[in-house]
Parts: sequence; structure tokens; C-alpha cells
Amino acid sequence: MKNTIADRVYDFLKKYPPFDIIKKEDLITIAENVTIAYLEKGKVLFKNDDNKHGYFYIVKEGGVVLKKNELPDAEIIDICDEGDVFGLRPLITNDSYMMTAIAEEEALVYGIAIDVFKPILEKEQHVGLFLIESFTSKTKTPFTNKYTNDLYHDNDAISVGEKDLQELQIIKYTGNPFCIDKDDLVIKAATRMSENRVGSLIVIDEHKLPIGIITDKDFRHKIVTGVFNNRVPVREIMSFPVETFKKNLTITEAQLAMVKNKTGHLVITEDGTDQTKAIGILTEHDVVISQGNSASGLMKAIKRSRSSKELRKIRQQITHLLKGYIFQNIPVTIITQIIHELNEAITIRVIEIALDRMPEKPPVQFSWLSLGSHGRKEQLLVTDQDNALVFEDVPNDKYDDVKKYFIILATKVNILLNKVGYEFCPADMMARNPKWCQSLSEWKSQFSHWIHHVDNEDILFSSIFFDFNRTYGSKELVRELSESIFSATKYNPLFFTLMGRSALQNPSPLGFFRQFLVEQDGEHKDMFDIKARALMPMIDAARILILSHKIKSVNNTAERYEKLAELEPSNKEFYTSCSYAVKALIKFRTKHGLMQHSNGRYIILKELTKEERLKLKRCFKTISELQELIKLRFKVAQFL
Amino acid sequence: MRKWFKKTKIEYPTFWNSYKSYFDKENLNIPLKDVTFVVLDTETTGFNYTHDRMLCIGAVKLRGNLIDVGSSFELYIDQTAFNPDSVEIHGIMKNTQFEKVSETKALREFLAYLKDSVIVAHHTYFDVTMINRALERNGLPYLLNQTLDTGHLFKKTKAINRLLQNDRGYSLDDVCKELNIPIKDRHTAAGDAMLTAQAFLKILARLKFKPASSLKSLIRK
Repeated sequence: MKNTIADRVYDFLKKYPPFDIIKKEDLITIAENVTIAYLEKGKVLFKNDDNKHGYFYIVKEGGVVLKKNELPDAEIIDICDEGDVFGLRPLITNDSYMMTAIAEEEALVYGIAIDVFKPILEKEQHVGLFLIESFTSKTKTPFTNKYTNDLYHDNDAISVGEKDLQELQIIKYTGNPFCIDKDDLVIKAATRMSENRVGSLIVIDEHKLPIGIITDKDFRHKIVTGVFNNRVPVREIMSFPVETFKKNLTITEAQLAMVKNKTGHLVITEDGTDQTKAIGILTEHDVVISQGNSASGLMKAIKRSRSSKELRKIRQQITHLLKGYIFQNIPVTIITQIIHELNEAITIRVIEIALDRMPEKPPVQFSWLSLGSHGRKEQLLVTDQDNALVFEDVPNDKYDDVKKYFIILATKVNILLNKVGYEFCPADMMARNPKWCQSLSEWKSQFSHWIHHVDNEDILFSSIFFDFNRTYGSKELVRELSESIFSATKYNPLFFTLMGRSALQNPSPLGFFRQFLVEQDGEHKDMFDIKARALMPMIDAARILILSHKIKSVNNTAERYEKLAELEPSNKEFYTSCSYAVKALIKFRTKHGLMQHSNGRYIILKELTKEERLKLKRCFKTISELQELIKLRFKVAQFL
Repeated sequence: MRKWFKKTKIEYPTFWNSYKSYFDKENLNIPLKDVTFVVLDTETTGFNYTHDRMLCIGAVKLRGNLIDVGSSFELYIDQTAFNPDSVEIHGIMKNTQFEKVSETKALREFLAYLKDSVIVAHHTYFDVTMINRALERNGLPYLLNQTLDTGHLFKKTKAINRLLQNDRGYSLDDVCKELNIPIKDRHTAAGDAMLTAQAFLKILARLKFKPASSLKSLIRK
């Protein structure tokens, strides 16, 4: 039996989530049971506290505004236009409505019969997840688990087990391998290995051709056990014959070769035979790293690396690792921790390399401070460097020399970091800048100036310094510095008011009609600036709130909100939702950065799915509440 | 002679009698929110009431501002009197893939569906006459339902002014255009019925009819 009207309803529904992923026959059943409601402007579809309808709704035409209640000045929760679903409460819980739906303009809405929809929902978990996302984006607390469980009683974690064909990628071997002559003594080999922090040496003959390999294992089995003494030539204890291979092995080939030859080391030669020179060595460790799934492997590689070039490669692998984490839906808290540790290790390694290259040791104690996102431990993608250096106070006559030393050191570090892939800070907020390479007492007076003689520009400028984190060097210096900052902020309400004002100056994410506000011109025209419009307001608010509680050493924004939840039990729920929103936004930015190969700051809205937009909008709601709180608590209103 | 004036009691089929029984307690004072409207459209072989035939009846039920997709009606009628000229407008070929029923069966099903609902159509006179002629051919009386015409009601929403030259007939296309109704499935009976239903709802809102307004006030409009 032909049913033209149901067909049209079907055609409409299938364009919009979650209906776009429902099987055709199911969707036709849904369409056949749709009720179409016409709402003239101002018509109330359901009211706060109304008993639940047998439907949930999707806007066919026009617009429906969701408000807390039907009073004209009630807070707007959301505005739905074509294709938006709303009124989901009857589907998800059994209570009456908690909001009011009013036609903002003449509207046609389709009511989806719940008794028809529910059986389908139980089959299709993705549909449910979308609806929950949509539902919670319009309710106060963004904790979805509770509702997920209401929908699916046996809610196992959904695993995303997708993996690209990494196994067929070409493995990167370590070039310029360390070699040793077959007649050199074992003790020389041992020294060379520990000096270079490597686990193996290629043993070469008089024609420089590889004839064997000597590894940690050989020392363990043959020297330490006393079978040989350390005065024998390496050829006595080396493993041979050597297995040689061409370059451009795939990961799988390398693994197979290792299993087959019962070795953990493959020697790469110019043409793959042992009749040409060794050009590289490939270890189990390289295999692990190439797979990019081992944070500990990368950590080891960082510690062992000797140049910015190596670190750059590792940094790229970190991005690969990050991608895996993000797409496997590993919690953002864990991801940020791991990636932060790796970033931190890279910076430390860079500083160590730079120190090695200095003609002499540092004249006094110093600390390397990371600022901004790195300082907040939430840097996932490679961004600009923001750093500073503090050194011990010295007598005046030595000051110039000491400062010069640290500026040279900082310049080296900045350049190396740049080579690794961290761009220079456009505002030159880097330790090589004499303004940000100062002695402890200079820093103290700098902060004191920022706090006591605030003008607005100072605040904007100094705010990232309040997120500093010690990366390298003396703990004592940093502790002293933060203590002096906290005692200076203690009796200074004006500082907080101005800081609050600057926290509110970020451009807002949504326009009056709840549409995304995009950049008007420039390189990123029509893109959405997630950093300035969404992340910065949350970061700034967390900073001022945590400073006002005089909590130091919590730098991470999400952790700051968790700490705030602990400190203000009455706002616990709200702060927890802030923490959640920050994590969601960071993940969002990272995901898009990974897809666009950028730092993820600018998002192309057209590429977002409806689900993603809802998720973003949900975070924005938290932001506006947060800004309200800042406004009241720090009495910012009079300055706005 | 007396016998000639005496009403001959004609025996009508059961389906007609049960249709008729709905009109026993007709009440024009009921509020609009309790009225069931059947918004219908017919596709025909042409515009001649005598020679042309209905090919399809499409309708939706509307009650309390709600259109229930599940209660839509769509029947294709097997017609022997076929006028090839109208095929291009309606796109219904004599041998379509849809299931088709005889005119009698279509009328029987339609009356069972219609009951005492108020008929709404665009240029209702045409559709109702087409149905009435079909009833007549089948030895049945004309429809008993109250009717409303969206063409007529739409004109009531406008200030008729000679200068604006708006005292004219409005096609369903015109109405949809002015009321911002996206046109889909024009020239299929069910599609047109759906468009008419939307237009009807919008017109009621423009004429400031409330759910509590009486049916009578709408019919008198």
C-alpha cells in the first residue's frame, strides 16, 4: 500500500540524526506513526511540569524555543530549528517535563511516537547515544551515565577497535649505528655503549663490513657470568653471523625477521647483504616505537636522544600516539597526563642537551618554567613555546655575567625547542627574552607590580605567568616565588576584579540566536575559534577562582575545577560540569587538530556533525554560567 | 396517484447506513479542538463532472492542530473511463504499480474513513462534486458532511482591495507560496491533501481561531 505522506516524512527524517542511522524499514515504521503538529507563533507545545507526551519532537519547519518556564523573561535553554530534536524527557526518564517548549515562530513539528521508537532504540545503541547527547545538552548537568543506564540496562563500554594498517608502514631504523672493530677489547665496547646509551654495537671487520653484533645480553651471559674476562676482543663474545637486511622494511617484516632469527637486533646494510657497510640498526625497541603505542618506549627514546632532530621524530610519534588515544576514547585526563609527561621529558632533554653544549656549568641554581598550556599540563598538540627562567639572586657585581649566561642558555633551549617543533611565541614570551629571564627577587617584584599596580594590559599579559610550572631545575626557587605571589594577592580585591574582567573579555561563542559565532575576516574567516571563544574563558575563570582560594600547585584547568568542587561543596555539581566541559573542549580541539594537521584552534563548522555541534553547545552553556559567577563573585559588573 | 407521491423507501447498503448514522447527533457548537477534519484531495481524469472520473483519493485527518500520519488515506481507483489528456498533470498512468480498487470499494472505504468529519479541501466544490457524482453512479445519495474551502478561507485572511487586485481565485500553489509551505508532491492526492492541511492550520491561526472557537463560527466565515 502506497503511503505518500509517510514517504515524505521518511524522506525528511532520514536527513537528520539520529534518524539517519536507523534502518530503512524501521524508519518507515517510525514515519508512518508520526503526528504532525502545527504551532502558531507563541504557542506552547508543552510546559514545565506538564505530564509527558507520548512523543518526542523534531522540528520540521520554523523554530521552537525551549525555556525554563513560560514566563516571557525565562532563561532560554535552547532554540531548535529544522532537524533539531527536543522534548526527549519522556523517552529517557519517566518524570514530567522540566522545560517549556514554545513556538518562536510559526512551526511544524513531527511527534515521534515513543512506543514505536523505543523498540528500535533498544536495537541501535548509537541512536540512543545521540539522543542522550542531545538530551543532556539541554539539561543542567552534563552527566550522561545516569541516563545511559536508563536506556540500556546492560551498558557495556563501547569499544572502538579501529586501527589503520600500521603494520604495513615502513619502519624507521636508527641510522649511523655505533660500530666497534672486531679486535677492540670488550671493555672498550662496554664504555662506548654506556657513553652513548645504546644497547648494542655492530662489530665490523677490517673492511668496515658487519660481521657480528654485541649486545647487553652478550655481556650478561658471557662476561658477568665469568665465561670471559673483559680483556678479550669483542669478536670472542659477539653474536654472529649477523642478519643483514635492506632498508624500507615494514614493521611486520621486521617483527618476523626478529622472531625467525631469534634476535632483537637487525643490521641494515646498503644493499641488504653483509658485503656492504652497515647503515643502521633496527631493534625491538624501534618496532615498539614505530607502532607508536608505547608511551614508555617513547619516554626511553627521549632520554636516549642526542639531538633536536631525533626529538623532532619522537615528538611526531607522540602525535601519532595521541591520535590513537583520542580515537580509542581514552579518558582525556589520562591522555593529558601522558602527553604532558612526554612533553615535559622532551623539554628536559632539550635543556640537558643545551647545558651540555654550554662551555661551562651554570654559575648558580636556576629553574626553567613552562607557562601557558604546557604549564597547565594540558598541551596535547604542538603549540607555541611559552617559558621563562628564574635564577638565584647574586651579588650585583656578578649579576650581568650570570644573566648573560642564562640568556645564552635560554636562547639555545628556545632554538632547540623550535627545531623539535614548538614554534616561537609570537609575543616573545620566552626565556631568551631578558624580560622573562630574571633573578628570583626581580621576578618577585615583577609579580608584585602585576598584582598591585594593575592596569588592564598588565593583566592580560601576566595571566599566563600565573600558570607556571617548574620543568627543570631548583624546586626551592619556584616554591619561594609562588609563596611570594600568593601572599601578594591576599589582600587585593582590585586585582581579582580586574582579573575577572579580563576573564570575561573573551569573545562569546554563540550569538543571540544560539548560532556559532565565526571569525569575520582574515585567514580563518568563517571558522570557529575554539581557543578564544571556548577554552580561554574556562581557563581564565579557573585561574582566577583557584587564585582566590590561594591554592598553588594545581595548574591543570580540569584539576582546578575538581579542586574547586572540593572547596565549595555548594557548587560541587557546577564545578564538576566545568571540569567535564574543559576536558570535552580539549578533546574536541585535539581531535580536530589531528584531523586538520593544525593546532586545532580554528574549527570548520561545516565539517562538524550535528552530534558534535550539540556537544560543543553544551559546553558553552557551562561557560556562560561560569562567566555569570565570575561577574558576581569578583564584582566585575561595575567595571564592565 | 397517491402512490406516485408516496416516498419510495430505497434500501441503501449497510456501509452507507452506518456512515449516515454518524450524523444523527450533529452539533455545530462543538469547539474546534474536538472537531475531526478530513483534509482531502482527489485526482481525476479531467475537469468535467460528467465524463471524468476520480483516479485517487488522498486525505489526512486533523484534530486539535495535529495531523496524524498514521491516519492518512490514499486509495487509487481503477477507472475504465480514462481520459489520456490528464495523465500529464497527475502522472497517474492507467497501469501503475500501485494496488487499485474499484470505485465502489473506494467509496465504501472512504465513507468508513470519513464518518461525520468536516471536509476540508482546496476548492472543495470540485472534489465534493466529483465524489458525489461517483456516489450517484453507485446509486447512493450525496455526502452529508460539513465542508470548508481553504481557497475561500485564505481569501478571508486578506484585506480584499481592488487596487491590490487580490480579489481573485488562489490556487493551492499560490496559497502555499504565500503561507511559506514548501511544495512537495504537488499533484498527488495525498501530497496535495497534506499541503492543504498545512495551509488550513496556518489559515486558522491567521484568522485568529482558537481551539475553543465553535465549528459554527468557522463554517459561517
